[in-house]
Amino acid sequence: MKKIFSIGLLTFFALVANAQGTTMADQMRENGKIYVVIAVMLTILAGLVFYLVRLDRKISKLEKNK
Amino acid sequence: MRKSWWKILGVLLLIYTFIAGLLIEVPRNPQLQETIRNLFFHVCMWFGMMILFTISFVHAIKYLRTGKHEADIASRQYAGVGILFGLLGYATGAIWMSYTWIDPNKTLFNSFDSIAREPKLIGAAIALLVYAAYLVLRDSIQDIDKRARISAVYNIFAFAMLFPSIWIIPRLLPSLHPGGSEGNPALDFKDASMNMRLVFYPAIAGWTLIGVWIATLKIRLKILREQTLAQ
Repeated sequence: MKKIFSIGLLTFFALVANAQGTTMADQMRENGKIYVVIAVMLTILAGLVFYLVRLDRKISKLEKNK
Repeated sequence: MRKSWWKILGVLLLIYTFIAGLLIEVPRNPQLQETIRNLFFHVCMWFGMMILFTISFVHAIKYLRTGKHEADIASRQYAGVGILFGLLGYATGAIWMSYTWIDPNKTLFNSFDSIAREPKLIGAAIALLVYAAYLVLRDSIQDIDKRARISAVYNIFAFAMLFPSIWIIPRLLPSLHPGGSEGNPALDFKDASMNMRLVFYPAIAGWTLIGVWIATLKIRLKILREQTLAQ
C-alpha cells in the first residue's frame, strides 16, 4: 500500500513538473535583453565581413597591377 | 571586389541567421531548451564542411581531366577551408555536449568515457584526420606536377572516406547524437519544426557562401604568389 502510494506521488510530481513545461529563456525575451546578444553577434560578424572585404579589395588591387 | 552578388547574399543570409536564429519561436525540448538554436550554427559548420569538401573533390577531378594548375590550387584551398569548418564544428559540438549530454549524477570529466564512444564523434574525427593527411601528403612532394596528381587522386579517396565515416557508420549505431539510426532529423520534413527549417536552410547557405568566399580569396592569393615567384 505504501509502495503504491509513493509511486502515485512520484507520478503526480512528474506530471506537475511536465505541466510547468520546459525552462526557456522567456524572461530574457520579455525584457528585451536578448537584443544585446544579437547586437554583440552582429558586431563580430560585421568585423569579420569588413576584414574579408578589405582582403578582397587588396587582392583585387594586386591582380590589377600584374 | 569581384563578382560580389553572392558575397552580399552570404552576408545578408548570416545577418538573418543571427537575428532570426535568436528571436524565432523554437520547439520547447526539455533536454535541449534554448540550445536547440545551435542547429543554426554548429550543424551548419558540418554542412558547410561537406559542401566545401564536395567542391574540392570536383576540382580534383577537374585537375585530373584537364591538368590545369588552377584546379589543383582550388582543390587544395577548398579542402583547407573545409577542414577549418570541421574543426569549428568539433569545437562548438564540444561546448554543446558539455551542457546537454553530461550525466547530471557525474562530473563532466567522468561523463566523458561515454561521450568519447559516440560514433558520430569518432567518424568525424576519422574524416578530419583523412583530410589532414591530405595536407601532409601534398606538402611532402617536391615536384609540382607529381604533387598535384597524387594529391588529386588522394582527394578522391578522402572524399570517398566521408561516406562510411560520417554518413553510413554513425547512422547504423545507437548514439546520443541526433541523426543516428533514426535518420537525419535536420533534413526530415516531418521532424524539424517549420520555424527551425525557416532559419536552418538559409543558415547553411550563408555559412557555406562565406566559406567559399574565404576559399576564393586564398586561391587568388596563391595564384598571385606563384606568378610573382615565376617572374
